[in-house]
Amino acid sequence: MAERTFWTELWNAKWALLNGIAITTELSAYVVVASTILGLLGGLVLVYGWRPAALLVRLYVDVMRGIPVLVLILFWYYGLALFKINIPAFWAGVIALAGFATAHMSEIVRGAIQSVPAGQSEAAKAIGLRFWQRLRYVILPQATRRVLPPWVNTAVEMVKATTLLSIIGVVELLLATQQTIARNYMVIQFYLAATLLYFVLNFAISRLGALLERRFAYMRY
Amino acid sequence: MLAYNFNWDVIWRQWPTIIEALLLGIGLAVASLAIGCIIGILCAFGRVSRHKWLDWAIWSYVEFIRNTPLLLLIFFVYFGLPQMGIRAFDKIESFILTLSLYAGAYMCEVFRAGLASIPNQYVEAAKAIGLRPWQRQLYVVLPVMFRITLPSISNTLISLFKDTSLAAAIAVPELTFTARQINANTFRVMEAWLTASALYLATSYAIAWVLRLVERRYSVIR
Amino acid sequence: MQNHMKPNATSAATGAMPLLRAVDVHKSYDRLEVLKGISMDVEQGEVLALIGASGSGKTTFLRCINLLEEFQQGEIDLDGEPIGYRMTGGRRRKIPEAALSAQRARIGMVFQSFNLFPHMTAEQNVMLGLTKVRGKPAAEARDIARHWLERVGLAERRGHYPFQLSGGQQQRVAIARAVAMEPRLVLFDEVTSALDPELVAEVLGVMQDLARSGMTMIVVSHEMLFVREVASRVVFMDGGHVVAQGPPQELFRDPESERLRSFLGRFHGVFS
Repeated sequence: MAERTFWTELWNAKWALLNGIAITTELSAYVVVASTILGLLGGLVLVYGWRPAALLVRLYVDVMRGIPVLVLILFWYYGLALFKINIPAFWAGVIALAGFATAHMSEIVRGAIQSVPAGQSEAAKAIGLRFWQRLRYVILPQATRRVLPPWVNTAVEMVKATTLLSIIGVVELLLATQQTIARNYMVIQFYLAATLLYFVLNFAISRLGALLERRFAYMRY
Repeated sequence: MLAYNFNWDVIWRQWPTIIEALLLGIGLAVASLAIGCIIGILCAFGRVSRHKWLDWAIWSYVEFIRNTPLLLLIFFVYFGLPQMGIRAFDKIESFILTLSLYAGAYMCEVFRAGLASIPNQYVEAAKAIGLRPWQRQLYVVLPVMFRITLPSISNTLISLFKDTSLAAAIAVPELTFTARQINANTFRVMEAWLTASALYLATSYAIAWVLRLVERRYSVIR
Repeated sequence: MQNHMKPNATSAATGAMPLLRAVDVHKSYDRLEVLKGISMDVEQGEVLALIGASGSGKTTFLRCINLLEEFQQGEIDLDGEPIGYRMTGGRRRKIPEAALSAQRARIGMVFQSFNLFPHMTAEQNVMLGLTKVRGKPAAEARDIARHWLERVGLAERRGHYPFQLSGGQQQRVAIARAVAMEPRLVLFDEVTSALDPELVAEVLGVMQDLARSGMTMIVVSHEMLFVREVASRVVFMDGGHVVAQGPPQELFRDPESERLRSFLGRFHGVFS
C-alpha cells in the first residue's frame, strides 16, 4: 500500500470535501438571498410601517438578536421533531439561519434608510413623486450605499454560521472535514485545509463588497 | 397534533444546574474579553507602529480569524493542539484560549479605529505640558481610547456571551449544553429551549443595560 | 396700503380667482402654535416675499403650501382646489397619496439646503420628475432639462454629480429642477442662506430672471435688497401672524407697525 500523506488523503477525500463546499455555498446563498429580501421588507416596516406592525417587527428583531444562533437552530430543529414536522435538516437549517439573519438585515436596512437626510425625501415629494417612486428612485439608491458594508459583514457571518448546522447533521464543509478526519486522524492538516477554504470564500465576499462600494463612491453630499 | 402540555417541573429541579451553566457562560465571555482586550491593544499599537512586517503579521491574524468560523477554530484548538503535543489545556481552558484569540482580532480593529479617532489636540496638549511618550500613552491616549471604544467593547461582550453557546460542541457544561441535556434526557423540548432562550435574552439585555450605565459614567463630552 | 390679516383686495375687486388663497391657516407642533391664522392671496405672476425674524412662521407656512407640514385648521387653495385636505362627511381628511402628489407636482419648491439627489447628475436630477411624474419620454425630458440648465447657466455642467458642483451651482440646478416641471407656483425657502456670500448673486440673478419672465413665486428671504428690487408685494410675519403687507417701496419707506420697524432696523444701511 502506498504511503499515507496529506496529499493522498486529500485526493481520497476530494469528493466529500467538494460536496461539503457545495453544500456550504448553497446554504449561504439561500440564507443571504432570503434574509436580504425579508430584511428589506422588515426594514421598510420598521421605518414606514403601520405602528403595531412596526412594533411587532421590532420585537422580533430584538428577540432574535439577543439569543445565540446555535440555540435558535437547536430549538427550531428539536421543535420540528417534537411536532413531527418532517423537513430535511438542510431546509430546517436554512430557515433557522435566514430567520436569524433577517433580524440583522432589517436593522441594517432601517439604519440605512434613516441615514438618508430628510431633505431628500422632501425634495422628492416636492417634485410630485409618490411614496413608492420616492423609495425606488431617491431613498433606496442612497440607502444601498450605506447598506453595503454591514451587509457584507452579515453575509460573511452567515457563511461562518452555516458551520453550526453540522451540529444538526447537515454535511456541509465542516462536517465533511470532520468525517474525513475521523477516517485518517489528520486533525491539523484537514482543519487547516477547511480553514483555508472558508477564508477564500469569505475573503472573496469581502473583496466583492469593497468593489461594489467603490462603484457607489460617487454618491456624496 | 400540535397540542403540547407544558411541564416545568424538570426546569425547577434542574434550576441550580441551569444557573451554574449560565454563570459559567458569563465567566467564559468575561475572561475571553479581558484576554482579548490585551491582545487587541497590543495588536492595535503594533499596527500603528510603522513596522511593515509587524503590521502585515497582525493584519494576517485579524483577517484569518475574522474569516474563519468560530466553531472550526474551537475544534481546531481543542483537537489540534493535543495532536501537536500540547496537552496543557482542559476543555474550558481550550475554549477560553480560542474565544480570546477570536475576541483579540475583533478588539484589535475596535482599538485601531479608537486610536485613529483620538483628536490630535489631546496628544499635542500632552506634549505641551511635557509628558513623555509613555506617559502620553498611559495618561492621555489609553483613557480617551477606552472611553471612545466603550460602546464597541460592550457590543463585543454581548456577542462573546452568545458565542459561548458554541462551547456546547466540545461538551463544556454551559447553558446550551445543559438545555440540550435536559432536552435529550427528559424530552421537555419546549421547556428546555424556552428557558435557555429567555436566560440568554435576559442576560444579553442585562449586560447591555449595565454597560450603558458604565458608558454614561465615563462618556466623553464631544 | 397695508392690510392686516385680510385677503388681498384686488381679486375681490376684479372677481377673478387668485392663484393661491390661504384662509385662516393654523399649525401647531404639539402644544406650540406656530401659525395663528394666516390668510393671504397670491395672484398669477406675482412675486411675494415673506419676511420676518426666524421663528416667525414664514418657512413653516411655505412648507404648509406644499404639505411638507400638515396644518390643523384652515384651508389653502391652489386654483380654487383645496390642497392636502378635503371635507368628507363633515370631517377634515388628508387626501390620498396620489392626489397629494399630483398637487405637489403643480407647486415647485427650492430648499435652503439644495437637496439635490446625490446619486444623479444635474441633468438626471431635472429629468426625474419629468419622466416619472409628468410621464414624458426620456428624450423629451432630456431636451427640457437641457433647456432649463442652459437657462440657469449650467449647460456645461449637466453631466456633473452634485458633489462636483459649487453651492451656487447646486442651487441653480435645484431651481431648474423645480421650474422644469412647469409649476403654477414656485416656493423659495431661504435659498441663499446656506451659500457663501460670493455665490449668492448668481442664484439671486436666476431668480430675478424667472420673476421677469412672469413666474409666480413665493420667496422667504433675508436678502432685503433683492426683496426690494424684485418682490411685487411683501408680507411681514411675526409670532405666527401676518402683521403687515404691501408693495416693498411703501412698506419699507414708512413702516406703520412697530414690530416691522424694529425688524427692518436690523438691516440698517439697506433702507437708509
